Amino acid sequence: MTQTTKVSLRGLYKIFGNDDKSALANVKAGMGKEELLASHKHVLGLQDINVEMQAGEITVVMGLSGSGKSTLIRHLNRLIEPTDGEILVDGVDVMNLSTTDLRFMRQNKMSMVFQKFALLPHRTVLQNAAMALDIKGRPTEEQEQEAKIWLARVGLGGFENHYPAQLSGGMQQRVGIARALTSNSDIMLMDEAFSALDPLIRTDMQDLLLELQIELKKTIIFITHDLDEALKLADHLVILKDGAVVQQGEPQGILMNPTDPYIEDFVSDINRARVLRVRSVMQPLSEGQFAGDVQANDNLESLIAASGGDTALRYRVLDDSSKPVGTLDMRDLVKALVPRISSSEAGTRYH
Amino acid sequence: MATYDGLFNMLGLRSWCDAGASEGPMSMAQLLAKTGNSTPESSFSFAFPSLDELNKACGQISQTRDVVKGLENGFLSIRPTLRTVLDPITQPLSWMLDGTLYLFMTAPWFLIMAGILLAVWFATRSLPVLIFNAFCLSFFAFVDHFEPAMQTFAVILVCTVISALFGIPIGIAMSKYNRLQKAIIPVLDLLQTLPTFVYLIPLIFLFPIGESRLYGIAIILYAIVPVIRLTDLGVRLVDKDVVEAGNAFGMSPRQKLTKVELPLALPNIMAGLNQTIMMSLAMVVIASMVTAPGLGVLVLRGIRNLELGVGLMAGVCIVLLAVMLDRTSKAALSRIDRTKNEL
Repeated sequence: MTQTTKVSLRGLYKIFGNDDKSALANVKAGMGKEELLASHKHVLGLQDINVEMQAGEITVVMGLSGSGKSTLIRHLNRLIEPTDGEILVDGVDVMNLSTTDLRFMRQNKMSMVFQKFALLPHRTVLQNAAMALDIKGRPTEEQEQEAKIWLARVGLGGFENHYPAQLSGGMQQRVGIARALTSNSDIMLMDEAFSALDPLIRTDMQDLLLELQIELKKTIIFITHDLDEALKLADHLVILKDGAVVQQGEPQGILMNPTDPYIEDFVSDINRARVLRVRSVMQPLSEGQFAGDVQANDNLESLIAASGGDTALRYRVLDDSSKPVGTLDMRDLVKALVPRISSSEAGTRYH
Repeated sequence: MATYDGLFNMLGLRSWCDAGASEGPMSMAQLLAKTGNSTPESSFSFAFPSLDELNKACGQISQTRDVVKGLENGFLSIRPTLRTVLDPITQPLSWMLDGTLYLFMTAPWFLIMAGILLAVWFATRSLPVLIFNAFCLSFFAFVDHFEPAMQTFAVILVCTVISALFGIPIGIAMSKYNRLQKAIIPVLDLLQTLPTFVYLIPLIFLFPIGESRLYGIAIILYAIVPVIRLTDLGVRLVDKDVVEAGNAFGMSPRQKLTKVELPLALPNIMAGLNQTIMMSLAMVVIASMVTAPGLGVLVLRGIRNLELGVGLMAGVCIVLLAVMLDRTSKAALSRIDRTKNEL
């Protein structure tokens, strides 16, 4: 698959405070977050962010609260102005856009889904979903027709004339997603979109998003503080800590080879069998006896179930087009299940 | 010998003081002193250095009555300029008040009642409120107070509409510009704290008694404050997340105002309007002293002539009118809230 960069951030800095320019010089000279706050009363939001977001992929930005992830996503459509750096969307530097051009870009190229839904309480579900088209001044029939299609697509057919307050949280966020989809933009920004929902609904919504993504191939930038959610959705995972990127790359790679103790600590707690995929632990193709064939994208959990727990077996791994690409030894699988440091060790090291 | 002679001597201003000494008209106190009947000043008396007291010691300092006179002259001297500016601006107010009063006076009672009740129904869709309104209107008519009650109502109607027309845009502008808010809030504080009688005084000099804008302006100045304050507050309190969503989807400032901020601030704005209505009712009674027609005139008559019954009956009608206006505007407000949050 050829990849084209849709959005790229280059050397992005954000410092909150009145005199951010002079604070920037200090940060570039190597001043840390705590020191900057203590000596200059400026808050370091983001430092030296370089991320390439590929078209048609889900880029997940993950970090704990205060790591700057919500600040980062608001830079993409300039809801927050950066202190320094470039934001390129389709090769155009967003920083150079005039107010009108910026508004045009927000209307046509980007849509956004919010943690707290941010629906208009005085408008019906249908009118909310049609908001983007309403802003563009499209005729009412066209607005409603489009909005109805997308509402039905996110499973809200029949709720058009309800008001947001009449719906549950999960349904309100479906309206939020329908609103973003109706705008028909290539890029979707999702700011902790599922964080306010309870776990079961959250899983539903993640599945809905993945299902829509297969069909629509949008460029999605998804913010979350939940590693499981990040690993489930991400094509490209960016981990933020204190406003800086700690590690980014393919999620399986990060899981297998964390480069930073902070990330090792993070990944030590998750259910590796469910997240790791066969392709991440398989060995190159070799001859011999195979107990059966498995898909490269299966997770290890399903394989453990298939093998009945027998660690002596070997499987042949097939890719999407059923071509053999490798072999998987159950012993490797079991080894992969143990993180390099256990969660209890991580606990004593960091808490 | 005056108390503060020593002070001016010490400062070396004696010659300056004496140069300005003139035989102005004597004050009542001086006249009394001349008669020789005044009580001798005790050695402990130590007068506050007021203007009058300082004048005794130094002729250059003017007496309080001169300052008061100066205020009056100052006001009178800018009066013609003020009038050339204010006259044309406020003329439409007179027309609106006179026109509305004329309408309410000439239309037959059943048309007025039907009109009011219809408006109440469309605003509130509440049967109890409608019945209460019908009861109040019938009561006014039954005790032969329908005409003054409707005069009061007409004045309130015009003043509230104008307050909303000016107050809501001012409130919106205040919510957008912090500096403007800082500048206007002291003015609003002043308007709310000034005793209502005090701003009748300059108005009496500015506009001929008998012109309806005289009381119209007094009422509007008093009643516009809450609608400005609550519009400002309402727009500022609009959920930041929703405004951000508007921004993220590329709304223009105008779209943000009409599609997000105003609808979400509407409950607060309506609460402000409710207060404005109540305050114009309070003021229309006081403004009867400067020819505002209606129930206030009867109250005034009750006070002036000690006609207890007349005053009380008018008072009861005012209370009923107040409750009627309050219930109706609150019911309209809750209807707006309901459509938004009904479950």
